[in-house]
Amino acid sequence: MFGLFKKFKTGFAKTVSAISTKTKGLFSGRKIDVASLDELEEALYTADFGVETTGEILTEIKAAYKKEKELRGQEAAAIGAAVLARTLEGAEGVLKVGTGGPSLAKNPGVIALIGVNGSGKTTTAAKLAWRLKQDGKTVTLAACDTFRAAAVEQLKTWATRLDLEIIASHTGADAAAVAFDAWQAAKSRGRDYLIVDTAGRLHTKGNLMEELAKIRRVLQKHDPAAPQHRWLVVDGSLGSNSIEQARVFHQSFGLTGLVVTKLDGTSRGGALVGIWRQLKIPIYFLGLGEQAEDLQPFSVENYTKAVFGLDE
Amino acid sequence: MFESLTDKLGQALRKLRGVGKLSEENMADALKEVRTALLAADVHFKVAREFVERVQTQCVGQEVLKGVAPGQQIVKIIHDELVRLLGEGANALSGARPLKILMVGLHGSGKTTSTAKLGKLLKKRGYRPLVAACDVYRPAAIDQLEILASQEELAFYCDRISKDVPAIGVAALAAAQAATADCIIFDTAGRLQIDADLIEEVKKLHARIQPDEVLLVADGALGQEAVNVAKAFHDALALTGLVLTKMDGDARGGAALSIKSIANVPIKFIGTGEKTGDFDTFYPERLAQRILGMGDVVSLVEKAQETIDQKEAEKMAESLRKGDFNLDDFLAQMQQIKKMGSMQSIIGMMPGMSGMELPAGADKQMARTEAIIKSMTRQERKKPDILNGSRRKRIADGSGVKIVEVNQLLKQFQQMQQMMKMLKGGGAKKMMRQMEAMKGKGGFPGM
Ligand SMILES: Nc1nc2c(ncn2[C@@H]2O[C@H](COP(=O)(O)OP(=O)(O)O)[C@@H](O)[C@H]2O)c(=O)[nH]1
Ligand SMILES: Nc1nc2c(ncn2[C@@H]2O[C@H](COP(=O)(O)OP(=O)(O)O)[C@@H](O)[C@H]2O)c(=O)[nH]1
Ligand SMILES: [Mg+2]
Ligand SMILES: [Mg+2]
Repeated sequence: MFGLFKKFKTGFAKTVSAISTKTKGLFSGRKIDVASLDELEEALYTADFGVETTGEILTEIKAAYKKEKELRGQEAAAIGAAVLARTLEGAEGVLKVGTGGPSLAKNPGVIALIGVNGSGKTTTAAKLAWRLKQDGKTVTLAACDTFRAAAVEQLKTWATRLDLEIIASHTGADAAAVAFDAWQAAKSRGRDYLIVDTAGRLHTKGNLMEELAKIRRVLQKHDPAAPQHRWLVVDGSLGSNSIEQARVFHQSFGLTGLVVTKLDGTSRGGALVGIWRQLKIPIYFLGLGEQAEDLQPFSVENYTKAVFGLDE
Repeated sequence: MFESLTDKLGQALRKLRGVGKLSEENMADALKEVRTALLAADVHFKVAREFVERVQTQCVGQEVLKGVAPGQQIVKIIHDELVRLLGEGANALSGARPLKILMVGLHGSGKTTSTAKLGKLLKKRGYRPLVAACDVYRPAAIDQLEILASQEELAFYCDRISKDVPAIGVAALAAAQAATADCIIFDTAGRLQIDADLIEEVKKLHARIQPDEVLLVADGALGQEAVNVAKAFHDALALTGLVLTKMDGDARGGAALSIKSIANVPIKFIGTGEKTGDFDTFYPERLAQRILGMGDVVSLVEKAQETIDQKEAEKMAESLRKGDFNLDDFLAQMQQIKKMGSMQSIIGMMPGMSGMELPAGADKQMARTEAIIKSMTRQERKKPDILNGSRRKRIADGSGVKIVEVNQLLKQFQQMQQMMKMLKGGGAKKMMRQMEAMKGKGGFPGM
């Protein structure tokens, strides 16, 4: 357990330093001036905050600067962080881990991971299962990406590596049927959670979106509440299109949460702010690497401080 | 979500009416809008700024041509400059034989899929390709390539034990020679550009195999990060080209401009789907229009072809060609559209409508529209002109909607009909003029 905690810390430290290198010079003790306001604008844009959020943060800092020409970088950073924190208020998703499974009927709690191609669904499924297992929960994985070449093998490899239980069929099998069987298996074995990995699909493809609805319908035959969690896995290095992705997936599948991956790079994942602004879908976890332990609960405080380098 | 550049420019360009020469001052607002549009398309901040500065330099001092609105002139300059930038460089592959191609990029960008796609394409061009699995990290990455290779009947090399990537690369070269392959494509693991160890690894692989082409495979929806990625990979490996993937989605693709500006390597291929055949050569005009939010008629047509059954498609094409488009066609089309995906994504591809925000429940709205049309007589559907007040009231009652909704629908239909006529006539100029009408804002002065 201790090793796990440490890993989270280092994973996060990577993000923190990556973000604050960009803004370090800017948010020092020195006074803000017109040039540094320009720099600030650039820093915000390059974090993928998008036109709206960048505009808001800039407006507040500029207003403060107008009132107080002696405004210091640190104070500007605090204003920025406050605006961002205000924007993100309520955005933390918390996965309730009650005793004996989250569902009243002792049905497994189903978490469906969906998203566009290559966003990190399969890796997140493995990480999440592993994390829940560390928390003492019992988990079954359902390999419902029956489309992409070797997607089933990928999740199976993870399951072997981490000693996780998995229900899988073969490539080309009916994804909904796998989900149906997996639920049955998880239920009869009394598992707390069923994590459903699905095939990547672009939100623009109606027929593939329909397949998701089918998976849901089939699960609902077992339990009308399933899947209780419908999480969109978003690649944190993408730009504004992730907002569009979220919007469409939300429309057709009713998202209940987000996981933002690949934030171990220098991306700041600013698009998550845009998603939250527009759709108010809470963010549960951040993906910070390719290993099982590289999944970290999302914290508004940590995130906003990291963005503005307020930790140092 | 994003208003299209053309819509936004409409406001800013109004000021330019009647001026004799373009100057820094009279263009300032317009250029600010251009910048915002580029940023909204995920073009990198600095790249957007440089681009705007370049356009400005080109514009300043130009006489406003007689008979052409200054707005039109600026849009043309912007568009042409973007096309020039995106299209720079030869997008043909090296002619070396054997041809060695190294595929690199971030995680999940589409390297393995693109490796198979490229293998298939080169095979069609008469090569005997071998694909080499050099991703030793991602679980089942080797299996994935092996499956794709066997589907496409491509020679395949892997080593399931070794983790020594440069050595695997060398062994693959030998295997290719033994198999008399004349083209070897190396699929590599996804890596972050800041991961020093993995960058070092691929550099070593590069040094050992001496590839003729190093292709960066990048997701078309990549954000501002594109610049850092391109720079680091280019510095490490001297890229020779770019493969832009997942362009079958609705990302604006601004990352391509960022990467192009940083690494200055040609865009060689576009990934347009998950199947191995979904691989296109690159057309700068299409991408320029997409980045600028001018819609992508070509993609729309392609998408339609993908999902609409052939007979329907022909019928639709026919009524488009003839420009006689009645409410029956409208209804049939709507039913086809439903098959294509969400309304918003389709709207995004239509010229002048990319900025149109569909209200939540647009798809429900579609059901109401269907109900309205179905309450019309056949004659009414063929000749909507005959729909007077009392007929409209009857239809509203029949379909359980308010009469204003019927009116709205008819107005929309009329606009659509006009647009179809424009499409038929071709010509971007006409289309732009039409956009103005469609938005109903009187938006685009003099165009
Ligand atoms: N660096 C990094 N890579 C990740 C992360 N999550 C997933 N990946 C990688 O991204 C690629 C695609 O992930 P995968 O789970 O297969 O995506 P899927 O197609 O959505 O199932 C793989 O190479 C993963 O190792 C993350 O948080 N950080
Ligand atoms: N829609 C679409 N999906 C793509 C495209 N290229 C790759 N993919 C998908 O993106 C995901 C990741 O691709 P993969 O080749 O495994 O990426 P890699 O990790 O870079 O090797 C897979 O689900 C692919 O099917 C494309 O052009 N369009
Ligand atoms: Mg997967
Ligand atoms: Mg791969």
